[in-house]
Amino acid sequence: MTRDKKKLTITESEYHIKKGKIVKVKQMTEAEMFFEIALADNENLNHDPGQFVEVSIFGVGEAPISISSSPTKRGSFDLCVRKVGKVTEALHKMHVGDEVGIRGPFGKGFPVRNLEGNDLLIVAAGLGIVPLRSLINYVLDNRREFGKVTILCGCKTPQNMLFGDEIDLWQKRLDINFSCTVDKADPEWQGNVGLITSLIPGVDVYPQHTYGIVVGPPVMYKFVIKELLAKKIPESHIIVSLERHMKCGLGKCGHCQINNLYCCQDGPVFSYDKIMPLEEAI
Amino acid sequence: MKYKILKKEHLNNFINLLSQRQKVFAPVKKGEKHFVFEEVTSAAPISIKYIPTILPPKKFFMPQNETLLEYNTHEGQNMEAVVEIQDIVLFGVHTCDIAGIQYLNLVFTDRPKDLNYLLRKNSITIIGLECNDYCDEYASCNLMENALPNGGYDLFFTDLGDYFIVHVNTLAGDNIIEITRLFEEASHAQLDELDKLRANKRKIFKNEIDADITDIPALFEKGQQSKVWEDNGNRCLACGNCTNTCPTCYCFDVIDELNLDLKSGKRYRAWDSCQSEPFAKVAGGESFRKSRTQRQKHRFNRKFKFSVDKYSRYSCTGCGRCSRACMAKINLKETLTALVKEHK
Ligand SMILES: Cc1cc2nc3c(=O)[nH]c(=O)nc-3n(C[C@H](O)[C@H](O)[C@H](O)COP(=O)(O)OP(=O)(O)OC[C@H]3O[C@@H](n4cnc5c(N)ncnc54)[C@H](O)[C@@H]3O)c2cc1C
Ligand code: SF4
Ligand code: SF4
Ligand code: FES
Repeated sequence: MTRDKKKLTITESEYHIKKGKIVKVKQMTEAEMFFEIALADNENLNHDPGQFVEVSIFGVGEAPISISSSPTKRGSFDLCVRKVGKVTEALHKMHVGDEVGIRGPFGKGFPVRNLEGNDLLIVAAGLGIVPLRSLINYVLDNRREFGKVTILCGCKTPQNMLFGDEIDLWQKRLDINFSCTVDKADPEWQGNVGLITSLIPGVDVYPQHTYGIVVGPPVMYKFVIKELLAKKIPESHIIVSLERHMKCGLGKCGHCQINNLYCCQDGPVFSYDKIMPLEEAI
Repeated sequence: MKYKILKKEHLNNFINLLSQRQKVFAPVKKGEKHFVFEEVTSAAPISIKYIPTILPPKKFFMPQNETLLEYNTHEGQNMEAVVEIQDIVLFGVHTCDIAGIQYLNLVFTDRPKDLNYLLRKNSITIIGLECNDYCDEYASCNLMENALPNGGYDLFFTDLGDYFIVHVNTLAGDNIIEITRLFEEASHAQLDELDKLRANKRKIFKNEIDADITDIPALFEKGQQSKVWEDNGNRCLACGNCTNTCPTCYCFDVIDELNLDLKSGKRYRAWDSCQSEPFAKVAGGESFRKSRTQRQKHRFNRKFKFSVDKYSRYSCTGCGRCSRACMAKINLKETLTALVKEHK
């Protein structure tokens, strides 16, 4: 027993970070950068599609970032980061070989087991494609387990389009239906112009065995969900991923609370029937 | 059940002996109706009769600023996760505050466990002290079923005039009895005295609002659109006093701080308040709890609804601190009473 303060090191702390090495960087658009990150010894992250990690840069801070690659990709994982503030700006200055801190994976991802054997209608708006890419690639790598797969993808302008190369490949695949739209076209754009909601009425669904999976900016959920309900897709078959400020990722700090739920632990992926009664959800 | 007696003439000796081994903190008067837990080495500065301290014992379990990591980025991202602990004794903790600690224990033991909290908690000895009468008009400890002791301490003192009767609840408590050698066996007559005091307390401590604790969940179920939240919201100054002084509020911010070398530093957590506007902001500056009305409702929901959903326990102890500290005179008992009236 002692009267003095003691400082202990605790490696099991939930705040402990793993070191991640940047193995690939690519500027995607003016604001978004792609990172491929490998943990020491290429340890697998073992995440579910839709989960996120807390990315640290010491001296700057931590930010929750969705894991954009499928767990079927081994040895490294992908992030796509939009530059908005301190941490994300610091990340944008990083190069191949630099280290970042990683905590996680955190949260509940897409309910892949429930989705199996069903048709999927995936609606990705703006940055929503980032977490959805982890699901889409998972589905494509396990294509046999799913029914009809439809992907609708929307963004502001063709310049904002993320993962353009991959989207070109998806467009060519025969085993998925892919449509893409921009709010505002440029002279080269050949595709659809209009809000993403305009693509939904044209999709043919068997509502009872279709899951609608929606990720995008906060304003878009109400409108897209309305269209999905109009297609008679049950509320429990509508899956969303919500974003909140996060500080701990552990269900403690209170920042990410949506009424009685913690977005970081109970989400970020929720089924619509669970959050529909909550005032603060969407 | 093991009960001991400490004659009041030995209290000074008791505190002194304890303080030679560990730091001892106890309620000390700081001004009219203002008390704080402060380090003591003798009984002289201790207030045996006191109303809830400005800050609750939470400050020992979850310091206002607490280092989580120390880092060094001279070569890559190197860090150590740390916890600072100190063997201390808290003397004179009221039953409401013990209930507050019990609630924090529940939250931080819930998975994922918070080792910083749990390791620190293990180095703190808790000596409770009974309130023989109401602290003041702000208290609602009886409604919250915290007027009588209900575990959560190592030793528990009840003032019976010339002596304290002391309940020994844990081995750590027993150790203190052994080491200090100041305690006597309690007699049957003294145990009867304690029973009498408790029976009398059951008469004095009445439900402070016109409701039963079991009615509260239904009250909140019905009261989500209540005008009460707007009334509170219109008055609230968003100063955060209510959450800082609350023994069960544990929300925090996480902040990085660099040393002058710009390469090393620490990551720490600091108390934060759901009453501040940026607390619930999301990307693009949008907020799902923009108004003070929404934030007041959130605070009360966290005390009386969400905590019950998650832990089957209220996270209000009835200590009355939020009402005492509120710059806008927002009063918890009045808020609940107004809610009851609306739904009678
Ligand atoms: C589950 C989840 C997954 C996310 N996935 C991605 C992703 O894949 N790619 C990506 O680029 N971003 C993602 N974000 C958003 C990202 O976390 C924030 O942009 C980032 O935290 C901002 O940190 P900063 O230090 O750069 O900004 P700051 O300097 O802290 O703030 C700059 C601006 O960003 C806003 N902001 C700050 N923190 C957050 C936060 N935690 N969440 C939302 N907005 C915030 C502020 O309100 C402010 O307007 C995700 C957020 C969550 C909660
Ligand atoms: S809500 Fe108020 S009365 Fe209840 S525990 Fe917190 S400070 Fe005390
Ligand atoms: S103490 Fe009162 S004024 Fe300050 S934030 Fe709390 S309710 Fe609002
Ligand atoms: S991020 Fe801290 S509670 Fe969710």
